[in-house]
Amino acid sequence: MKKLAVALLFSCLPAFASAAGGHDAELEKAPVNLQDKVSLQNGAKLFVNYCMGCHSLEYLRYGRMGEDLGISDELTLKYLNFTSEKIGDPMKNGMTAENGKDWFGNPPPDLTLAARHRSPDWIYSYLTGFYEDESRPYGYNNHVFPSVGMPHVMAGMQETLSEEEFESNMGDITNFLTYAAEPIAPTRERIGVYVLVFLAILFVPAYLLKKEYWKDVH
Amino acid sequence: MMRVVNGLIDWVDARLPVVNAYKKHMSEYYAPKNFNFWYYFGVLSMVVLVNQLLTGIWLTMFYSPSQGFESVEYIMRDVQWGWLIRYMHAVGASAFFAVVYIHMFRGLMYGSYKPPRELVWIFGMLIYVALMAEGFLGYVLPWGNMSYWGAQVIISLAGAIPFDILPFIGPDDAKDIGEALTTWVRGDYLLSTATVNKFFALHVVAIPLVLVALVFLHILALHEVGSNNPDGVEIKQNKDENGIPKDGIPFHPYYTVKDLPGVIIFLMIFAVVIFFFPTGGGYLIEKPNFVAANPLKTPDHIAPVWYYGPYYAMLRATTIEWLGMSSKTWGLIAMGGGIVVLFLLPWLDRHPVKSIRYKGWLSKLLLFVFAADFLMLGYLGTQPATGTAKTLAQIGTVYYFLFFFIGLPLAHRFEKSKPVPERVTGGH
Repeated sequence: MKKLAVALLFSCLPAFASAAGGHDAELEKAPVNLQDKVSLQNGAKLFVNYCMGCHSLEYLRYGRMGEDLGISDELTLKYLNFTSEKIGDPMKNGMTAENGKDWFGNPPPDLTLAARHRSPDWIYSYLTGFYEDESRPYGYNNHVFPSVGMPHVMAGMQETLSEEEFESNMGDITNFLTYAAEPIAPTRERIGVYVLVFLAILFVPAYLLKKEYWKDVH
Repeated sequence: MMRVVNGLIDWVDARLPVVNAYKKHMSEYYAPKNFNFWYYFGVLSMVVLVNQLLTGIWLTMFYSPSQGFESVEYIMRDVQWGWLIRYMHAVGASAFFAVVYIHMFRGLMYGSYKPPRELVWIFGMLIYVALMAEGFLGYVLPWGNMSYWGAQVIISLAGAIPFDILPFIGPDDAKDIGEALTTWVRGDYLLSTATVNKFFALHVVAIPLVLVALVFLHILALHEVGSNNPDGVEIKQNKDENGIPKDGIPFHPYYTVKDLPGVIIFLMIFAVVIFFFPTGGGYLIEKPNFVAANPLKTPDHIAPVWYYGPYYAMLRATTIEWLGMSSKTWGLIAMGGGIVVLFLLPWLDRHPVKSIRYKGWLSKLLLFVFAADFLMLGYLGTQPATGTAKTLAQIGTVYYFLFFFIGLPLAHRFEKSKPVPERVTGGH
């Protein structure tokens, strides 16, 4: 009976796995590496310069970003903060929801959690997925977001850079947004290893204690 | 030093029966010595309950129902160790249902609900229902878009109750009553901060109080009649000259030290999920819940969390109008009936044998298919109900009820059971 039940449990696992991951099949794989500080810093720079005019990161603070990405408060304030005076401020911008609605049809969404709401692969495919389409108000459309309201902000960059350089930049923005969605992620995994090692060690005396007591149960 | 301690214990014991209670529930509570793997899940439920209570208390220190979504991100980012407490609580909710479902299945396998343990089962079922309410209320609090739309679907069920089957109530009256009822549940004409405030109160005070009281009663009732075991043998029928069951061993220290390594293994699995897969691939924290509640944007697919899957599948499985009631009403009846029927289990099972070990082939087959059926319904509940999925859900729903109303009462007439031993087998 026990074997049957276990076999049953395991036979269901593949179904769950495909249900959870099958959705993103047509997307490009994003080059996410949260340990790559250079990529994250470049992503932050590009985001602040190209994206942040419209898209805020309201749940991320400038100071936290600088700390996690290895940028001093001074440099963060000077080169990455165009919207406030204080290092502890959240990364908001000056655009109101009404402005956004007037200009693009929908207010540009806050992107702090975009990588968790969509997925890093989706963001990367979106950023690299713009193509010319004269029928759209701003002359561009997108492969993963048909009839998108956003103009192709990085059209100029795409023209001047090689395809490889452009994709690398888009990868860095994706990497940065993946970081922004869960700044604690690398720490979380690091602590997780210690927790598991601790529990594994704790298991040994607990198991021996059980064996010792149960010696006299027949 | 020991004299002082003993003196203190004596002082208290003369005023409150602590020594007696300790003996009755720990050192002289005789549990069968042949508990197996499945018997860890009772204590694991307790571990998860404590986890939920403690992490929940700490979350309330930082959560704010009027800014549900923002305050959760505040906990995740600005509160020291807030992310860990929040993941422990969110993953803990799923862990609670996982261990409770296995605990219930254990009862089903070994007939632990049969006399004299009917009340143990009833209290357990009440815990399960309270847990479902608690899970739903808690799911709404982060106020993400799936919280919003999930709540929308569930609260609308209150408006689908067919009051017009009652005398003197016409269809229009029934509709009015339904609307009044949903407005009352929401505390507003729309889902709003008023609803979140109300759900917060219920989630952190009302239901936990009920839960803890029920757990207390569940264990009190269990300790009165004694634990069942994988053989379904009543150990109290074989006592030694001191009145101690021959197959029983004191819960403490034997089962406390046996549970400890089991709890550690569970914590390791729990930690793997918390630290490496906290969203469980979208099954534990769903993707649409990473955007704030938005009444204007419906998620592509509104799915309940996995632990409501079986009943949600039953809700959506019905398509026929019958006896003057719509298919939606029948769905509601199937969903509610699916839970109510579990309460009747002690009286539906007419098998003379308790444990699946000594029941015949038919009972084994029926139970195995039931387990598969429940898992299938659970999966289907999280998927869109179209085509084959819907047909499977219908078959699954029919089997679910046949199992309880035909299988359990009648199976023993069509099979030959093995003889049940006098004493428990195997030991540990």
